[in-house]
Amino acid sequence: MVQKRKKSKSKGIIKERKEKVLSAMRDLGGQVYGQLNKKEFPTFRMPSRSIANILYDSKTRQYILGKRTVKRSARNVRHLRPFTQLLWTAMFADELTEQNKTSTLRDVFYSAQAYEMDFQDQQESDNLITDLETVTGYSREDFNVYPEERSAIFGDLTIEYTVPGYEGRRLNLASHPDGVMIGPALTTSEFIQPDSRKVDKVIAIEKGGLFTRFIEERVHQRFKAVLIHTAGQAPRATRFLLRRLNQELDIPVYIFTDGDPWGMHIAMVIISGSANAAHLRELNTPDAIWGGVWATDIVDYKLPSDPLTDLDVKRLNELEKDPRYAGGLWQREIDTFRKVKKKSEQEAFSRYGLTYIVDEYLPKKLKIKSN
Amino acid sequence: MTVAEVFQEISAADFFYRNRDIAGFTSPSRSIYSTIRELVENSLDACETGGIPPDIYVRLSHESGPLDGPGTYIVRVEDNGIGIPSTVIPSAFGQVLYGSKYKLRQTRGTFGLGGKMALLYGQITTHSEAAITSSTGSKSRIAEVVLRIDIQQNKPVIIKNKTRTNKPHWQGTIIEFKTEADYSRAMPRILEYFKQTAIIVPYANITFVDPRGRLYKFLRGTTKVPPAPTETSPHPHGVDIETVQRMLKLTNAKSVQEFMRKNFQRIGETTARKFLQFASLGQKKNPRNLSAQDLVKLVNAMKNYDGFLSPDPTCLSPLGEDLMETGIKKELGITDQEIQSGTAFVTTLQRRPATYAGFPFIIEVGLASSKQIEMQGKILLFRFANKIPLLFDEASDVSWKVVDTEIDWRNYKVIPGETPLAVFIHVCSTKIPYKTVGKEFIADRPEVEHEILNAIREVGRNLRLYLSKREHLTQEKRRLDVFEKYLPKVAQFSTKLAKEKREPDIKPLLKGVIKYGAEEEEEQE
Repeated sequence: MVQKRKKSKSKGIIKERKEKVLSAMRDLGGQVYGQLNKKEFPTFRMPSRSIANILYDSKTRQYILGKRTVKRSARNVRHLRPFTQLLWTAMFADELTEQNKTSTLRDVFYSAQAYEMDFQDQQESDNLITDLETVTGYSREDFNVYPEERSAIFGDLTIEYTVPGYEGRRLNLASHPDGVMIGPALTTSEFIQPDSRKVDKVIAIEKGGLFTRFIEERVHQRFKAVLIHTAGQAPRATRFLLRRLNQELDIPVYIFTDGDPWGMHIAMVIISGSANAAHLRELNTPDAIWGGVWATDIVDYKLPSDPLTDLDVKRLNELEKDPRYAGGLWQREIDTFRKVKKKSEQEAFSRYGLTYIVDEYLPKKLKIKSN
Repeated sequence: MTVAEVFQEISAADFFYRNRDIAGFTSPSRSIYSTIRELVENSLDACETGGIPPDIYVRLSHESGPLDGPGTYIVRVEDNGIGIPSTVIPSAFGQVLYGSKYKLRQTRGTFGLGGKMALLYGQITTHSEAAITSSTGSKSRIAEVVLRIDIQQNKPVIIKNKTRTNKPHWQGTIIEFKTEADYSRAMPRILEYFKQTAIIVPYANITFVDPRGRLYKFLRGTTKVPPAPTETSPHPHGVDIETVQRMLKLTNAKSVQEFMRKNFQRIGETTARKFLQFASLGQKKNPRNLSAQDLVKLVNAMKNYDGFLSPDPTCLSPLGEDLMETGIKKELGITDQEIQSGTAFVTTLQRRPATYAGFPFIIEVGLASSKQIEMQGKILLFRFANKIPLLFDEASDVSWKVVDTEIDWRNYKVIPGETPLAVFIHVCSTKIPYKTVGKEFIADRPEVEHEILNAIREVGRNLRLYLSKREHLTQEKRRLDVFEKYLPKVAQFSTKLAKEKREPDIKPLLKGVIKYGAEEEEEQE
């Protein structure tokens, strides 16, 4: 316990952020409270999340919300219910954050019923969480509401917990060979600056099988890498973690996905964020590098492949017009996919032996400096 | 096949005995329903003829046999009607097709058949006689007759016939006899019959004591009895060759022209003359000596001539809008308070007389909406013909056709099966166009159908106004409910979120929304 005090020289990044989150919610409450005290119907404004207001910002290389705002007024009978729901959600999140308790989206739905704040369905309560994110500018994980999906991390990096009961305790992320689950506790942990001779990059992997292979092949040691298993589309907590690793430790992030339009997009969401999260910042890692599997890899390595389906082709056509895909590499790969009409999974490298991907492919790809 | 067949003349009573199905006496459960219905309707007619608010007492008591199947019962019906002279009682009850109902005016029955069928059925199923007690006024003696019907001869067999002094100055008729019945099965229909009769005869007190000793009382909502219908001669459009032939036999008119004037309604000298020119028949011809050809010519001309005045509606006795409203309100349990506060609604309408095939008719309709009305997925329809409720074969009835397929209820803001709504349709005529002898549903005569349709459209407009207003009130209430539910919560949550101690006072804000609501309503009106 005493030791813990000594270690926290300044406030940790996570603690600072938590205070900002709390004050954002207090501001919202204070604003409404003040209006009510003046016998006014309370109102507030927040950025509009309508499609027309979602813009691509080429500077930050992500989707952001434009200048349009919407006004929510307790005066309007149609607004009043969502208005109250939002306040309730804020109150709930405030309590969670203060007491360091976590909750899932499903919990939010049920907890509301205790206050006669009936949500019609899960969708409605999820929307309210998104509203609260928009109003405060913080992501739901910041106020301790987590989705169900979980991904994992592995590597020679030590973290320090901030969750109750574990405050100050440390864990080396290489201590368990299956990796460590990226849940609320890990997301709110502080990083202990690693030795740059031991860690100098992050490798995010789509597939669990390959993540395990990398650990078995000691990729973390051979390539000084922190490994992350995204388990398909990376959850927000994982995207936030990737960004922190990139910025706080100042190390590059490499992403390896299946060689198809969907895998390509997993990488893109890590790099440039999603339109759904346009109201949030600091979830993307603009400098992350998509290492593969590229369409050109399918050709160059003569990988076993499957033909593209109609759905794949349709997705390619959509991505081609997406502003996030404006870059040279992306257009080239989309073109190549369409030309060869093939896709390959990460496991396809096993054709050349189980370690080929680690021994031959990975070293080449890790030389890439940017996409 | 035998070459020679035996032809046998059968009496009217015998005919109906053999064909009792057509008069509604098919099974013990249907028969007891028909029995009660026929007797009650005779009683109601006897009261209305004298302009007397009816007091009808019906008792059905169990005699023998199972309670949950066909058994022997005693039926007793008492009324305070005009009574029957003691000399007429035997024929009136003991001879089929004898009665006072052969003239043209609106009555419930047509042939004087139903009541006697009930007696006949009782007699053949229990082999017992009927007791009739009647007095035609407070000053006359009370007649007591016990009789049975000789089916083959169609004649009453009098077992007892005597009179006694009328000390209590009583007037009315009591009939009592045994009959086979299946009350457990017939009960729902019988109760429904009484309830609907209480709607369409709102000036009657009806008491029913059922075999299990339960008392059902339907109290009158008014003592106003609609004026009795006057008797009229037939309209030329409403007769056939057989009828005209009979009329010709009986007439003492010297010429065809006089025959037309004296025997048909609303025909004067000019009309008669013009009509006979149209028929190309001599004005002076002796009506008794018309040839068969001339008879056909005359009747065909009657059908085709359009110069007659329309049928005389004074022989009709509709209920009237006020009485109909009274009946609907009392039996549906709708109070004036509910109507004033806008939570319930009743509207009635009487159309002007119209005609079909030489018969005058009047359509009366009513609409009611109230939370007491239980919807069962379809429009709730009450059908009446000459103040009789029609309970069977709804789907075949012209009223159902109009209500179900011809009216687009959405135009009146009604969601069929959801909006609590009851529709009442009353057809009055000297001849109800029943589709079958069973007298349970009315044929879709275009003239009748058209009148019903227009009547409902007319009252539908009132309904739409009511439902729109109601919708608006509901919305307004919902709106206020939202503010009342959520504003206190906004205060509570924001106080907690802002870490404040005292919740802000939101009463002024709530007051504000109520005032705003009132303004909105004024704008609408």
